[in-house]
Formats: sequence, structure tokens, C-alpha cells
Amino acid sequence: MKKHTRNLINSIITNAFIILLGVCMLYPVVWLIAASFKESNTIFSDPGLWPKAFTLQNYVKGWQGIGIVGFGTFFKNSFIISGLCVIANVIFCSLTAYAFARLKFAGRNFWFAVMMVTMMLPTHVTTIPRYIMFRKFGWIDTFLPLVIPKFFATDAFFIFLLVQFIRSLPKELDESALIDGCGKFGIYTQIVMPLTKPALITTVIFTFLWTWDDFFNQLLYLNSPSKYTVPMGLRLFLDSSGISSWGPMFAMSVLSLLPCFILFFSLQKYFVQGIATTGIKG
Amino acid sequence: MNKRARKKAIRENLTSYAFLIPWLLGFFVLTLYPMIYSFFLSFTEFNILQPPKWIGLRNYFVMFIGNEQFPRDERFLNSLLVTFKYVFISVPLKLIFALGVAMLMNRDLKLIPFYRTLYYIPTLLGGSVAIAALWRRLFAGDGVLNTILRSAFGLNPPAWISNPKYALYTLILLSVWQFGSPMIIFLAGLKQIPREYYEASAVDGAGKMRQFFSITLPCLSPIIFFNLVMQMINAFQSFTQAYIVSGGQGGPLDSTMFYSLYLYIKGFAFSEMGYASAMAWVLLIIIAVLTALAFKLSGSLVSYGSGE
Repeated sequence: MKKHTRNLINSIITNAFIILLGVCMLYPVVWLIAASFKESNTIFSDPGLWPKAFTLQNYVKGWQGIGIVGFGTFFKNSFIISGLCVIANVIFCSLTAYAFARLKFAGRNFWFAVMMVTMMLPTHVTTIPRYIMFRKFGWIDTFLPLVIPKFFATDAFFIFLLVQFIRSLPKELDESALIDGCGKFGIYTQIVMPLTKPALITTVIFTFLWTWDDFFNQLLYLNSPSKYTVPMGLRLFLDSSGISSWGPMFAMSVLSLLPCFILFFSLQKYFVQGIATTGIKG
Repeated sequence: MNKRARKKAIRENLTSYAFLIPWLLGFFVLTLYPMIYSFFLSFTEFNILQPPKWIGLRNYFVMFIGNEQFPRDERFLNSLLVTFKYVFISVPLKLIFALGVAMLMNRDLKLIPFYRTLYYIPTLLGGSVAIAALWRRLFAGDGVLNTILRSAFGLNPPAWISNPKYALYTLILLSVWQFGSPMIIFLAGLKQIPREYYEASAVDGAGKMRQFFSITLPCLSPIIFFNLVMQMINAFQSFTQAYIVSGGQGGPLDSTMFYSLYLYIKGFAFSEMGYASAMAWVLLIIIAVLTALAFKLSGSLVSYGSGE
């Protein structure tokens, strides 16, 4: 009985501690959400979380954007870019992964090693030549430099993730499909793809998140406000500093985080699986 | 091998390579060729408008040595120093924190899935411009943190972001704050350690500390090592946070001038693309050497249990 009470107290203390730490950690995010509903001139003078005067004015002003381009355009652009990258990564990374995991060919180990090395490569060594190349193609200030590379399975990380997953699938299914007269491509689309669903969802999640937040490349290639993405739009607010723009900036920040939240909470199971099994970078 | 078998082998190779075509094209056109080209550019002066001009090792010379005619680029060395400081403080702190929280959670708590979610949120959001901009406001002189410190504790805190002594530490804090991924990985790793190990050692009279150093750490060492390498490679390339927090300038006084931020400024603001290419190669070599070093060290420190 005594031991039981001690365990109970122990568990209460642990839980309380974890919750307290979690609250401290999330305080900035909660503050951001609260601030987005405060009146612009009270954001910094009102340190409390609950707004004294609740207003939607920041959202209205923020959505209008800066100059002639509204935030709706930035969101549309971000969704187009992220959507295309997701589709390309799912198709081409899995195609490549299938070849590495299941097909036999001369030089397989060599190419696999090459692929692994490209995963470790800092992106900077290719940044400048790629920029020069895309500039020659006339692709500056278009979405192409951000999207086209994904159609060539340049995200080695996801290839690796999918290879690991496909290798763990039973081979017997392939073989029986082969006997049934299914070709290599048929096996890929009919058998391997459906079974790889969990890893493909992980690919979808992280491609979306990383493209959504990929500020560096967007900064490099997008010049005109009508092509700007959400992070670029937020930067516009930041540049036009002055107290009055913080409110709209925070409101749009909250909106910009919303897709990540929704994705996270609807596909939570796959998040944890994906991270735990592959050690995804943060 | 008879003719028919050989033909069949060739055909099989061809179909396999057909699957690899997109990746192979991408590798040659978007990775290998750019690498070779940037290696070439690193020995030139190049502003994208005029053709590259061969200057031998001068870019590298200016980075590390310098003389009267071509003075050493002190900003480069400073950015290297800032980045090293950032990587070697933030990565270990992040991993220690992640391991600590993972161990705290590694028991039979009903709310584990909820806690895991809670603690992953910073990682989910932390890479965004939105959070970096928020950070700038939180740690500004008249920011949220200081308002709390002043009103609740009567302190007179400095302006963290605009003080060169502290600015980098706000970025380190932002990085450590995002400890969710290694935490989830460690938590999964901790669950793999057989309970019998702890029970047996407890019978032998081992305390909690002893258990941690003799069981937990060795069993987790492959995971810790993997996380260390990946986090390090990523931290060296950090860009967004420093760019947003410092308004794209790496300030105050270059105290948040991350390597990739300086590379961006050199290559794209000053159009010194030859120099920026040389910087990219120096970064590649630094990462390669550190990764190799980590692998070498891991040979003696990491134990890959036979039970796996």
C-alpha cells in the first residue's frame, strides 16, 4: 500500500513537471496567437495572454498584404509550389527507391553509395551553378527552379527512407505477381506503391513542411511580389517595420503556421513513425 | 553464359536503368555538374555578367592568409567562428535536452502520446520565418521577455537581440527549443532497451547514475551518434533564423553572421560568385572532415550490440 502511494505521488510529480515544462516551451507560440488578436498599439504594452480588447483587425489588414499584392496570393503561390513538390517527390523518389530496393542491375551498389553521399552534401556547393544554369534557362522569378529539381528525385533523403521501407516488405508478393505476368512497372504501381503507403505519407508530410518553410531558395529565385510565397510575404512585413505592422505580421504568422498544424494533427501517427524509424532531421 | 542468357541479362539491366533515369539525370545535371562547375568557379573571379576570370588560389588565400595587396577577409573568419560556436553549443545542448526529456517520459504514463505531440510542436514550427520573426520580438529590448523580467522581477535586462554579446545565444536557444525530433528518436530507442538489464543491475546494487552510464548510454550510442552527425550537418547550413532575426545583415556587429548567410551576401548581394563558390567548398570540406572524424571516433565509443 505504501509503495503504491509512493508510486502515485511519483507519477503525479513527473506528470506535473512534464506539463510545466511543456507550457513554458509553448508559451511563445501561445503568446503569438494571443497577440494576433490584440489591437496593434497594445501588443507590447499588454503582457497578459488574454487580449484586453479582442480584435480581428490584424487579420483583415494583414490579408490585404503590402502594396497591391494580398496575402491570398502568397498563400496560393506557396500551396502551388509545395503541392507540386509533394507530387514530384512521391512519384520520383519512390520510383528510384523501388529500383534500388528491388531491381537487380550492374553497378547498383555503386549508385546507391553515390545516392547516400549526395544526402550528406551541403546544398551550397550546388547553389551557385544551379542559379547560373536556371538564369540561362530564363527561370528566374518563376516557380520552376523550386519545383523542377524534385522531378529528378534530388531529395536523396526520401529515397533512402523509401528504400529502407521497401526492403522490409516481403518479396514473395513481387514473385507471385511476376508469375501472374505482371511487369516490373506493374509490380511497382500495383504492389509496392500501395504497401509503401506509410512511408509515402511521411514523404508527403516532410516534403510539404520543408518546401513550405524553404526560405533560402524562395529568396534566391523569386523577385516580384506577385510570385512571393508566404515566408517572403512575412519578410515584407518585417522590412516595413514600425509598430503598426507587427499586428498584421503576427496575424499572418499564425495563418502561415496553420497548414503545418493541420497536417500534423491529422497525420500524427505517421509523423511519429517516420521520425522514429528513420531519424529524420529536425 | 550463352547468348540468350546474356541477352536477357542486358534487357534486365536496361529495364532497371529505365527506372533510374530521372534520378540519374538529376544526379548528373543538378548535382555532379554543378559541383564540378562550382569547384572551377572557386578559382575565379566571377560576377555572373562577365565571364569568369581565372585567379588561381586567390579566393582561398584571401579567406585564410591574406597580404598587403589582398587583405585577409576578417568577416569570413568571423562567420566561421560564429558558425562553429553555434554548432558546437547548440547541437550538444539540444541532444542532452532531448535525451533528458525522453528519459523523463520513458515510463508508463498514460499521456505519453499527448506529451510527445506537445513537445514536437516547436520542431514543427521552428523552421519558419514566422517563428524567427516572433523570436526577434520576444528578445528585443522592449520585447516580451524583458517586459516580464521588468514587471515581475524588477530587473533591468539587456536588449538580447541587438546586443552582440547575446544575439547568437538567442539563436542557439531557438535551435535547442526544437529538440522534438531527437527526443522522439531517443524515446523509441529507450523502449528497445530490455528491462532485464536494469533489473539485473539493480540486483547487483547499481544506482540510477551507474545504470545511466553503463546501460542507457551504451545502448543508445548508435542513435546518439547518428543524431549528432545529422544535426551537425544541418546546423552548419542554418540560414533562415539568422537572416530573419538579424534582418538579413548578420548583425549586430556580425555576431549572428552565419556561414551560409555570409555566403549568400557574398554571392548574391555583392555578386562575388567565385568567392562564394570557394566558401561552399570550404564548408563541404569542413563537414566531410568532421563527419569522418565522428565516424572514426564512433569506432571506439559506439557499441553496436550483437542483439540487434
